[in-house]
Amino acid sequence: MTSSTTTKTNNNQNRKLWRFHGGVHPPFHKEESNQLAVISAGIPEQLIFPLRQHIGKDAEAVVAVGDIVYKGQVIAEASHHGLSANIHASSSGKVSAIEEHVLAHPSGLKGLCIIIDTDAKDDWGDCKLEPYPEYQNIEVSDLVKRLQESGIVGLGGAVFPTVVKVAGAVDKPIKTLIINGAECEPYITCDDRLMREKSAEIIQGIKVIQQMVKPEECLIGIEDNKPEAIEIMRKACVGDSSIEVVAIPTIYPSGGEKQLIEILTGKEVPARGLPMDIGILGQNVGTVYSIYQAIVEGIPLVSRLITVTGNGVQKAQNFDVLNGTPISYLVEQAGGYTKMADHLIMGGPMMGFALKDDNIPVVKATNCILLISTTVLNESNSAFSRQPTLPCIRCGKCMDACPVNLLPQQMYWHIRAKDFERAESHNLKDCIECGACGFVCPSHIPLVDYYRFAKSEIRDQAELQRKADQARQRHEFLAFRKERDKREREEKRAAHKAALQKKKEAAAKAKAEAGESGSVATSAADSKADAIKAAMQRAKAKKLARAKEAAVATKAENAND
Amino acid sequence: MQFKTNTSPFFNSSNNVNGVMLQVLLALIPGTLVMMYFFGWGILFNIILSMFFAITLEAIALVLRKRPVMVFLGDLSALVTAWLFALTLPPLLPWWILLVGIFFAIIIAKQLYGGLGYNPFNPAMVGFAVLIISFPLEMGLWLEAGSFVDQSYGFIDSLKIIFGMNIAPDWDAVTMATPLDSVKTGLLTGVDYNEIIQKSHYLSNTLNNTWMWSNIAFIAGGVWLLYKKIIHWQIPVALLLSLLFFSLIFYLYSPQEYATPLVQMLSGATMLGAFFIATDPVSASTTPTGKLIYGASIGAFVYIIRVWGSYPDAMAFSVLIMNMAVPMIDYYTQPRVLGHKQKVDL
Repeated sequence: MTSSTTTKTNNNQNRKLWRFHGGVHPPFHKEESNQLAVISAGIPEQLIFPLRQHIGKDAEAVVAVGDIVYKGQVIAEASHHGLSANIHASSSGKVSAIEEHVLAHPSGLKGLCIIIDTDAKDDWGDCKLEPYPEYQNIEVSDLVKRLQESGIVGLGGAVFPTVVKVAGAVDKPIKTLIINGAECEPYITCDDRLMREKSAEIIQGIKVIQQMVKPEECLIGIEDNKPEAIEIMRKACVGDSSIEVVAIPTIYPSGGEKQLIEILTGKEVPARGLPMDIGILGQNVGTVYSIYQAIVEGIPLVSRLITVTGNGVQKAQNFDVLNGTPISYLVEQAGGYTKMADHLIMGGPMMGFALKDDNIPVVKATNCILLISTTVLNESNSAFSRQPTLPCIRCGKCMDACPVNLLPQQMYWHIRAKDFERAESHNLKDCIECGACGFVCPSHIPLVDYYRFAKSEIRDQAELQRKADQARQRHEFLAFRKERDKREREEKRAAHKAALQKKKEAAAKAKAEAGESGSVATSAADSKADAIKAAMQRAKAKKLARAKEAAVATKAENAND
Repeated sequence: MQFKTNTSPFFNSSNNVNGVMLQVLLALIPGTLVMMYFFGWGILFNIILSMFFAITLEAIALVLRKRPVMVFLGDLSALVTAWLFALTLPPLLPWWILLVGIFFAIIIAKQLYGGLGYNPFNPAMVGFAVLIISFPLEMGLWLEAGSFVDQSYGFIDSLKIIFGMNIAPDWDAVTMATPLDSVKTGLLTGVDYNEIIQKSHYLSNTLNNTWMWSNIAFIAGGVWLLYKKIIHWQIPVALLLSLLFFSLIFYLYSPQEYATPLVQMLSGATMLGAFFIATDPVSASTTPTGKLIYGASIGAFVYIIRVWGSYPDAMAFSVLIMNMAVPMIDYYTQPRVLGHKQKVDL
């Protein structure tokens, strides 16, 4: 599947690159927002922090309504019940509510959020962590602890807790550290701007990771439609032979972790495996910058860069945005809406999701707020809105575009027939939902929707199956237990009977013997009577002892009171 | 503020089903023009009549099935079917025979199965197969090819013949069996292959001119489709290589008994079939490896049926046979997915 090409870019780089299967070239629209320097979005009046903004379990709120919080203060701690991450107040103020609020989710789902009314002071209090400018001298375990404290998650979109990823790689042999600066989604330019403006900091962040996982080499992959970023990053690591900036061809989805690994190393991450399994650790440039901030400056993850763009905003711009900032506020900073704002998309046009409402906060995963008119969507295809979805003609364009080498047309066919088992046997689980198939489909079938639907159905079915299995196991065990108890009772009874029988026989024998000598019989009767007496005495003593014990206990209790 | 919602990806490329179909129609033009040059107006009338009937029948079927008529007529698939079907017919075929064929193609093979995208068999080939089984005589009557100017029948005469008016043509004087048919008949009577060709001015003429040039023109159309990425290379390449392989083996084994590979490659429906018919995406295999197997099997069947079967050309039957095998081929030829060791967990 992997064909190799030696790519020579305008930068005279001569490193062997590989090509992943498929891929597409959507209109990239980068120039709308990549020219202007990043500016701060400022402090909104209200900040909203969903307790779930990472993969895994919800964080647990550790503040109460009415509490005064400082910037950088932990307001929700990572759950102890599994994968999770801390959430910090991104500015100072007062907790005004902890309640259900609409989340950044395509379904308009609600979830528990901490809402802070800011006081505009942006006061850190004593919540800033101790900076480690000399991180070279810090123990790896302390660095891991710092990552844990600062609530960093993968900012490329996966929002996987970074500490878990990095700490997991500390003891593993890591050959290649891959820094993902590909940014292949159309419209998004925040990583581009970050690399142009914070190259030294990113390099320092890389140094921190290098210190922790000790990779043999470090490659920074950047798509060649960002020549400025490539040049600046190259300059920043001049004289450092351990880091190499690699310009990669512009093709969507080169920024997918597995795809970037394939491009740079020719290796395939095993299905259901991790890059670590083949000696690779991947980090997004945004995450690397956050690691730099957390370690070198002692700043936890309270803000990130977000691109606000599209023809639905007055002035496209990259912003440094506090976590929890409502989208409506952010759009105001970009000059407000234009008449063209038909769609509000969080993320890019290929993998992002449309939101109904702008009273939704940005979260750690948010890299772009795209406001776009239906006409722009149609520009990419004039028939997009007018032509309804047609049946699949099995032309195979989706198959050619799939970066994972799936057969989207076949999976679609089976999913339509609700044959999820067949869809699974076509490796549905390997679908990364990049949308390349839907992009090229001449019948305009929303293919990715079908895959998402089938995946959730399969999950539900597996859950049902699990419950049914559990119920069946319980039932089987109950039946087994009943059977066993019955059998045991019967065995006991049989044994008892046998014993009785034996006794009777023995008694009969004794009687027969007694017939020979009467004195023996009397003594036997006496011994029986004695035994009963002794047993009664024992029982009495036991009862007494128990009563005494109870009395002592009550006394003790009273004393405690 | 409230916004419209739908789901990602929000972009779509400029691909459309009717765009795909339009490219196929465009690619058919050179081959059609060459055939018109040799066989006259009849070819064009076949196409126009087929299209007219196809559109009408499809519209009726869509109305009866309560489907949006304009949407599905607009996908142009009926026109592609009609055109391909028409190219398999001898010129000056009576209109009602053509109607029977297109009825089976559009109504039975396509709409009754659920319309666009749901037909397991190639509709045009179903129509052709029905006709060649039901009307073998009429379907075997090809006009003697000449150049466009010295056609036996002009524009009006052709029309009159098609609609059964006026002249009852002296068929024997103007029509000929197809060269593949003649070669086969000749070989059956024990005549040496070279002799057959040499004896007949007609045969050497049609083989070296008519069919060769129309096949070459269809290759040009096929290359256009490949260039436009409408079809994948696997099916035509595998089909042609397989046909070449078998014809070469048998030709080398006995040049007296078997036609040259060139005759097999450049006569009859070889190129039309390889580039336009076997590649019909709906009824063909869809995986890369599956396409190779599918194409190669069609090539083998074409050779077998042409040489030992009782029908002169074999593309239709070969394609229909392999259509049946497609679900199985597709299941067992899934490509290796990224990060997986073997191809499929069977």
